[in-house]
Amino acid sequence: MPVKRVEKTPMPERDAVLRSHDFGEVNEGYGMAHAQFEAERCLRCQDAVCIDGCPVRVPIPEFIHEVAKGDMRSAAEILRSSNPLPAVCGRVCPQEVQCEEACSVGIRFKPVAIGYLERFVADWEMEQTDIDITANLNRDEKVAVIGSGPAGLVCAGELARLGYPVTIFEALHAPGGVLRYGIPEFRLPKDVLDWEIEQLKKLGVEIQCNIIIGKTLTMDQLMGEMGFKAVFIGTGAGLPSFMGIPGENLNGVYSANEFLTRVNLMEANDFPNADTPVMVGRRVAVIGAGNTAMDTVRVALRVGAEQGLVVYRRSVQEMTARVEEHAHAIEEGVEFHWLTNPVEILGDEDGWVTGLRCVRMELGEPDDSGRARPVPIEGSEFVIPVDNVVLSIGNKPNPLLLQTTKGLEANKWGCLVVHDGSSETSKEHVFAGGDAVTGAATVILAAGAGKDAAAEIHQDLSAATR
Amino acid sequence: MAKILEKRRLTPITQLYKIDAPLVAKAAKPGQFVILRVRKGGERIPITIADYDREAGVLTIVVQEVGTTTRYMGQLGVGDEILDLVGPLGMPLEIPAEGHIVGIGGGFGSAALLCLMRELRARGDTTTIINGAREKDLLILNEELTEVCDNLELCTDDGSAGFHGLVTDRLQQLIDGDGPGRPDSVVAIGPMPMMRAVTETTRGAEIPTLVSLDPLMIDGTGMCGGCRVTVNDEVKFACVDGPFFDAHQVDFEEAVRRNKMYVRQEQESKDRSECMKLAVGQD
Ligand SMILES: Cc1cc2nc3c(=O)[nH]c(=O)nc-3n(C[C@H](O)[C@H](O)[C@H](O)COP(=O)(O)OP(=O)(O)OC[C@H]3O[C@@H](n4cnc5c(N)ncnc54)[C@H](O)[C@@H]3O)c2cc1C
Ligand SMILES: Cc1cc2nc3c(=O)[nH]c(=O)nc-3n(C[C@H](O)[C@H](O)[C@H](O)COP(=O)(O)OP(=O)(O)OC[C@H]3O[C@@H](n4cnc5c(N)ncnc54)[C@H](O)[C@@H]3O)c2cc1C
Ligand code: SF4
Ligand code: FES
Repeated sequence: MPVKRVEKTPMPERDAVLRSHDFGEVNEGYGMAHAQFEAERCLRCQDAVCIDGCPVRVPIPEFIHEVAKGDMRSAAEILRSSNPLPAVCGRVCPQEVQCEEACSVGIRFKPVAIGYLERFVADWEMEQTDIDITANLNRDEKVAVIGSGPAGLVCAGELARLGYPVTIFEALHAPGGVLRYGIPEFRLPKDVLDWEIEQLKKLGVEIQCNIIIGKTLTMDQLMGEMGFKAVFIGTGAGLPSFMGIPGENLNGVYSANEFLTRVNLMEANDFPNADTPVMVGRRVAVIGAGNTAMDTVRVALRVGAEQGLVVYRRSVQEMTARVEEHAHAIEEGVEFHWLTNPVEILGDEDGWVTGLRCVRMELGEPDDSGRARPVPIEGSEFVIPVDNVVLSIGNKPNPLLLQTTKGLEANKWGCLVVHDGSSETSKEHVFAGGDAVTGAATVILAAGAGKDAAAEIHQDLSAATR
Repeated sequence: MAKILEKRRLTPITQLYKIDAPLVAKAAKPGQFVILRVRKGGERIPITIADYDREAGVLTIVVQEVGTTTRYMGQLGVGDEILDLVGPLGMPLEIPAEGHIVGIGGGFGSAALLCLMRELRARGDTTTIINGAREKDLLILNEELTEVCDNLELCTDDGSAGFHGLVTDRLQQLIDGDGPGRPDSVVAIGPMPMMRAVTETTRGAEIPTLVSLDPLMIDGTGMCGGCRVTVNDEVKFACVDGPFFDAHQVDFEEAVRRNKMYVRQEQESKDRSECMKLAVGQD
């Protein structure tokens, strides 16, 4: 029988002071006792509204029920059948605006901790040594996947399960996309990502790093001389935006992508054991308030900044970061400057950052996005002294592939155009999904798009052979 | 992984490598570069494609040992694998003006003129290379460069070979009509001060000039923005929009300043690799 309890079973966390100096994971994960205690809170609703809140429709009450009963193997099977990256999603999905926002328990109490339970089940699965996966590539048609972010990984995995030989081409020297170079270890340990990639390899997926489609090989080569019958494009939205304010090219100014890549991909936190440095002074200001901004400011603390600041022109209500990341950032001592818009980055005579000139904002009428439009308060300019500025104001899709591929269409924001309700692009046998299509979005949407595209590719290739 | 097939020392700190990299060699065009990494935990560094043999699938690069990664590279021998190599990156070099094209190389930069000048000559241009260095022993690839252009001009600061003076002094003489004559277009690749001086030399004469900017890079795909430079008051990402830009529009001061961002860390890293007995020339 479900048990009524107001609060979620708390997630065991590492102490904020200790953890803000290293890259160990913040959330330690439930144990079996926590998990069963929390699973008891689920009402097993007939009309499970949580499922409607989930972009890939995980049968949430079913897997939670298995946890409550202690049948972890069934729980894991149910979960993985609908979400191909549960250990990742359990850690990084914005559950508070998805399944948990919808959860019926949440009407009066705190919703069931669906994300924590998802992670618990996925972590259990990772520890099992007797779950055996073998490759069974019984189809002749080779499929190419461009990009190894969540969209590409999931699409490749699904296709391999359907028997297709799949090759993933990745531009960087290591696979994973944003999961590798963007989201830091204290939120998503690299072991989790590596484990997922290991499973794909067991399924027979081949991963070729250091290959840029559009540079090293063209789409025409893939589909011509190399004999790929279909292609999935999961190239993400990795092109950083700058604000266009004076001082952006001063020494000590980074895009969030560069800052995070130096640390997460190039291991600058381990400099000089690793060869790539990152430059942090005493005070680091991050502009923006999404997940990327929270990750950046918390990484800055971990690589030596004494004070991390977040500067955002809107208010906390409009912040797009996960609530948990915001809370963790506050615990770690990050200073938040809401309704503050940077207008200039100041530097000394040698060209190094010394401060950020800002203007205070107030909220006006709602804008196109429905959020209150921030308007500057006249005469409110002031300077925040800082040693680094990191811009985290959004990313656009990378035009590299588009520039060199005939017949591939994009909209005015550079996002690939796909047919309504499908992942088919303007080019025959070429499919796309994830951030490359939607613009910067979420891991689960990318994963879901990869999964849907795999089904469409299967259909496309089956029709072609008939 | 890419195997080193051949290796040759050109100067005490410069070596030439032929590398088995069929996909890159096949796609490469003059002016493009690769990014390589030589060890786990290593840095990704950009290196110009000096030459390529599409059929054999072989890439030629020339690396000057200035810091940690280029020295690690210098330790690798024939048969060793370069851990990661990706390319070709950047935009191929386009020289619209036809006629007399002068390529100016200094340091490792002369190597990049190999494939470029060969291609320009094949297209029917008259080609001159000014190969410059401090002294005779530091001039690289004289024989190879002779074969790819119509006139090879050597320049040394101390007069130990060829013209006695700076490449820009010789360039000025050509502009004034000496030797092969006034250039219709100039391309300069080499140390920043040299490229800057060339830019100033051709600015007055209004000769279209391209220079190869070498900002710090990480991914080389437009993902980080670390390589941003200002050209004609616009911010460009050198790895995807460059590395060649209209010299007369480049903000050199900013480019030089940004390249010095990590001098302290680079020294620390270099000292450390030295302590680890990875000194130059120990191969
Ligand atoms: C710092 C940060 C934190 C985030 N935090 C969260 C979070 O907490 N929760 C959440 O749900 N989402 C989060 N996101 C968003 C999420 O990571 C992305 O929406 C998701 O990764 C998109 O997946 P993707 O597969 O479409 O592309 P990506 O993950 O961007 O992967 C694309 C891959 O394609 C490669 N590529 C690009 N072009 C080519 C080419 N021409 N040839 C070969 N390879 C190519 C790239 O190198 C890259 O590896 C975050 C994003 C960032 C940057
Ligand atoms: C597009 C491009 C093409 C290049 N082609 C070549 C090439 O063909 N052959 C070659 O030898 N080098 C080339 N370089 C320069 C090369 O990338 C750097 O020398 C290398 O990154 C230095 O790495 P390191 O770890 O050995 O030294 P670091 O420890 O990084 O630096 C050591 C010293 O070199 C200086 N330095 C570092 N990076 C640069 C740079 N980009 N430009 C000038 N000085 C620098 C530093 O200020 C420091 O004093 C190119 C650079 C670019 C951007
Ligand atoms: S809505 Fe909440 S209580 Fe109902 S089934 Fe879903 S998780 Fe359980
Ligand atoms: S090197 Fe990262 S954008 Fe150019």
